[in-house]
Amino acid sequence: MSDITSQSLFELTSNIKEKKLSSGEITKAFIDRAEKSKKLNIYVTDNFEKAIDQSKKFDSNPNFDLKLPGIPIAVKDLFCTNGVRTTAGSKILNNFVPTYESTVTQNLWSQGAILLGKLNCDEFAMGSSNETSFFGNVQNPVGENLVPGGSSGGSSAAVAANLTPVTIGTDTGGSIRQPASFTGTVGLKPTYGSCSRYGIVAFASSLDQAGPMTKNVRDCSMLLEVISSFDQKDSTSIDYKRNNYSKELSKDIKGKKIGIPKEYRVDNMPDEIEQLWKNGISYAKDCGAEIIDISLPHTNYALPTYYIVAPAEASSNLARYDGVKYGFRSPGQNLIEMYEKTRSEGFGDEVKRRIMIGTYVLSSGYYDAYYLKAQKVRQLIKKDFDDAFSKVDAILTPSTPSSAFKIGEKTNDPVSMYLNDIFTVPINLAGLPGISIPAGKDKNNYPLGLQVIGKPFDEQNILNISYALEDKINFKNDISDWWLSE
Amino acid sequence: MSKNSEYLIERENKQYEVIIGLEVHAQVTSESKLFSQSSTKFGAEPNTQVSLVDAAFPGMLPVINEFCIEQAIKTGIGLKAKINKKSVFDRKNYFYADLPQGYQISQYKYPIVGEGKVILDMPNGQKEIGIERLHLEQDAGKSIHDIDPNNTLVDLNRSGVALMEIVSKPDLRSPDEVNVYIKKLRSIMRYLGTCDGNMQEGSLRADVNVSVRLKGETEFGTRCEIKNVNSIKFMQMAIISEANRQIDLLEEGKDIDQETRLFDTKRNETRSMRSKEDAHDYRYFPDPDLLPLEISQELIEKIKSDIPELPDEKKKRFIDKFNLSPYEATILVSDIETSNFFEEVIKNSDVKLATNWITGELFAVLNEKNLEISQSPVSAKNLSKLINLIKDGTISGKIAKTVFEQMIDGDQDPLIIVKEKGLKQESDPKAIEELINKVIENNSDKVAEYKSGKDKLFGFFVGQAMKESKGKGNPQLINKILKDKLNG
Repeated sequence: MSDITSQSLFELTSNIKEKKLSSGEITKAFIDRAEKSKKLNIYVTDNFEKAIDQSKKFDSNPNFDLKLPGIPIAVKDLFCTNGVRTTAGSKILNNFVPTYESTVTQNLWSQGAILLGKLNCDEFAMGSSNETSFFGNVQNPVGENLVPGGSSGGSSAAVAANLTPVTIGTDTGGSIRQPASFTGTVGLKPTYGSCSRYGIVAFASSLDQAGPMTKNVRDCSMLLEVISSFDQKDSTSIDYKRNNYSKELSKDIKGKKIGIPKEYRVDNMPDEIEQLWKNGISYAKDCGAEIIDISLPHTNYALPTYYIVAPAEASSNLARYDGVKYGFRSPGQNLIEMYEKTRSEGFGDEVKRRIMIGTYVLSSGYYDAYYLKAQKVRQLIKKDFDDAFSKVDAILTPSTPSSAFKIGEKTNDPVSMYLNDIFTVPINLAGLPGISIPAGKDKNNYPLGLQVIGKPFDEQNILNISYALEDKINFKNDISDWWLSE
Repeated sequence: MSKNSEYLIERENKQYEVIIGLEVHAQVTSESKLFSQSSTKFGAEPNTQVSLVDAAFPGMLPVINEFCIEQAIKTGIGLKAKINKKSVFDRKNYFYADLPQGYQISQYKYPIVGEGKVILDMPNGQKEIGIERLHLEQDAGKSIHDIDPNNTLVDLNRSGVALMEIVSKPDLRSPDEVNVYIKKLRSIMRYLGTCDGNMQEGSLRADVNVSVRLKGETEFGTRCEIKNVNSIKFMQMAIISEANRQIDLLEEGKDIDQETRLFDTKRNETRSMRSKEDAHDYRYFPDPDLLPLEISQELIEKIKSDIPELPDEKKKRFIDKFNLSPYEATILVSDIETSNFFEEVIKNSDVKLATNWITGELFAVLNEKNLEISQSPVSAKNLSKLINLIKDGTISGKIAKTVFEQMIDGDQDPLIIVKEKGLKQESDPKAIEELINKVIENNSDKVAEYKSGKDKLFGFFVGQAMKESKGKGNPQLINKILKDKLNG
């Protein structure tokens, strides 16, 4: 048996069920490794003591019918966890301990999982490098001083560094898929309405979705099966029959029509990304899929549309952090001064930038020109996909226009940072499912990902395609454990 | 309306007309709030009816309370209004300590209810007031400034309670019309059970829009909005004061600024709260946490079929069926409790007498004791019995008043009072004749005067006979027999 922490969720679950490993052993292994991995700055808050207790409790009375029997899991610090501090990577929630549990995390615990701790992320999930976190940037285990992507940077790094078997992140414009791509891991953003948003600190309500982040596609299907559920506490949750994704997982994609959108061939795209995409196409062909050239004509407008819609919603969603009820408060002589000081000191620069953009685009006199127009363009982007999906079963694109970059490289250039999301943002605007799988490496040996986009509620199909491609690609992440301390 | 009943404010040789529009905020009668399951009960300890949603904790999401939607539809039907099958909840963004989300969920461009109307019964006839729209929104919490000298305290019990904002067209022209309009609106909603209309508990409040113009002009003047007035009396005072302020400005050749004002009840004047320049930019946009609200025709039909008879229809029925005057009918239908009481009384007794007794004696007692009809000290059943005693001649109307006074004390049965006190009317002609003979004997001088032409003395004899009967003599019999005797 290989080292515990490098095992997949599938292996760990089998080993527990076959009583080859106990929950206690597994939990302790991940905690031990985390203790030696502080340099990565992955955890904001750990739950190690309670996790040990819970693993012992599981072992004393194990239930092997559960889908995550005694499996320790760390989650992005955007999910509210009952009794465990939840910060959203922000100073303004630095002291916030929820008295309630998000539906998605509750689904994990209901299937036997154990909370290991809360993972670093960009502040309020706003960022593509995990550098906007109040708790500092996360190191990408792939290489020193490399960003792990964002906003689910702590999550992607934790999976890549073997600090959690699997994790869950949230994806508003690429926050699961881009960090997965940067760390050589798998990340899936489900269809909007698949996973409940109840108890997830909101960034942009019409775009936010939780999703699995894993070492491989099979684990991804196992985790999606657990977290996706209809929830009456979220009015945008959709009541539809969810598959047994792991059970129905298949590499047989013969005859599947896969679309290649020409608009994703952007200017200045590195050759290695172009090559990666070509390889993906030929692998798909090898699997018996039919490749079809398609057009998504409004792709160019996706990024500006996103950077109107998301900040607009965020500016309103973040109004509740005002120092009155919970979280950080900076006292003032009067209410206005208290607001100003609390929000000036409590939010970081990127969050403030987006609140200001959002406030501006919703202002009277600008609403029609920006927000309303963006909503119309969003409909056109959605229609592009509808049209494409009348011809194809799935769409294959690169996940990101580049590999992981150095910490600090783009901090002072928000627009170049925003460009990271160019291939992922349209999928959120259209509410579709998308998955990023590791597909190759660049000249620095940094991972690169391919994205498979599906029809609404067709997660099974993109999982199957990814599963088939994964097999052909045979990606190896060879991470050197450079950060480990004794 | 006749010309001289128009409400006009005079200045030298000029007459100004006052234009009023109301935005009434009516609390929806519902056990739980618009987007959460917390209780809406009035008067609870501060912050005891607050859910995580109401307090806007991170990650909390609103879930629509369908009962509140049905209440709004019901009210819309009561206002003869168009029900919009698709409406949208928007966020109205502004910061305040008692607004936990930093926005109020309201309806802006697409309200649940469109245009409707309310008919007012004015002394000179009916007047129709247009309803512009009705939309649903959340109430905010309450800021309390007078408990702690250094801090403002916040009570979130009201936070998230469902309100219907009912916006009238600028069709109201006088404080009297405002009075009748509010009462009518309240009456309709109480009939429907959609708002209890309790102004003391803040269930009904209004923003009052006022502008003035010279009589005969067709363009509207610049309006001011007086925020959050919570009684009809204050609305009327505020309108008069604000109209006069605006007229004074015009008379001085000054402009009226469009602004939001507050009514200072102690000084009986309005003062500026914020000017148009300082007006909030609420940055309305559709709430992405809630899908557009879609209402099926089936639901509308189902609610329509459950709508009770409303005041206008009831009034018509009372006039047609019971031959009541429009005035009597208006009074009896003005409140659902009153009309229910009336209908209960007339189940077993005379309509005309019931009308008179309810609008007369009973209302006087309720007024005096400051009671609602639902708290009436005399039940409909016992009032009905009393009326029957009058009708069948057991007691006279005069005795009935004595009996009624006793009934008030603990809702006593009039039959028992009459029996115990021996108040039964004397209707035996022989007995009456006997006591009349006695009166004539004892007053032979007056009889002579009467016979010599002093007709006015007849009343004296009636009084004497009544006195002799200890008030129990049947007045009609006394009259008849006296006439026969004296004129015979």
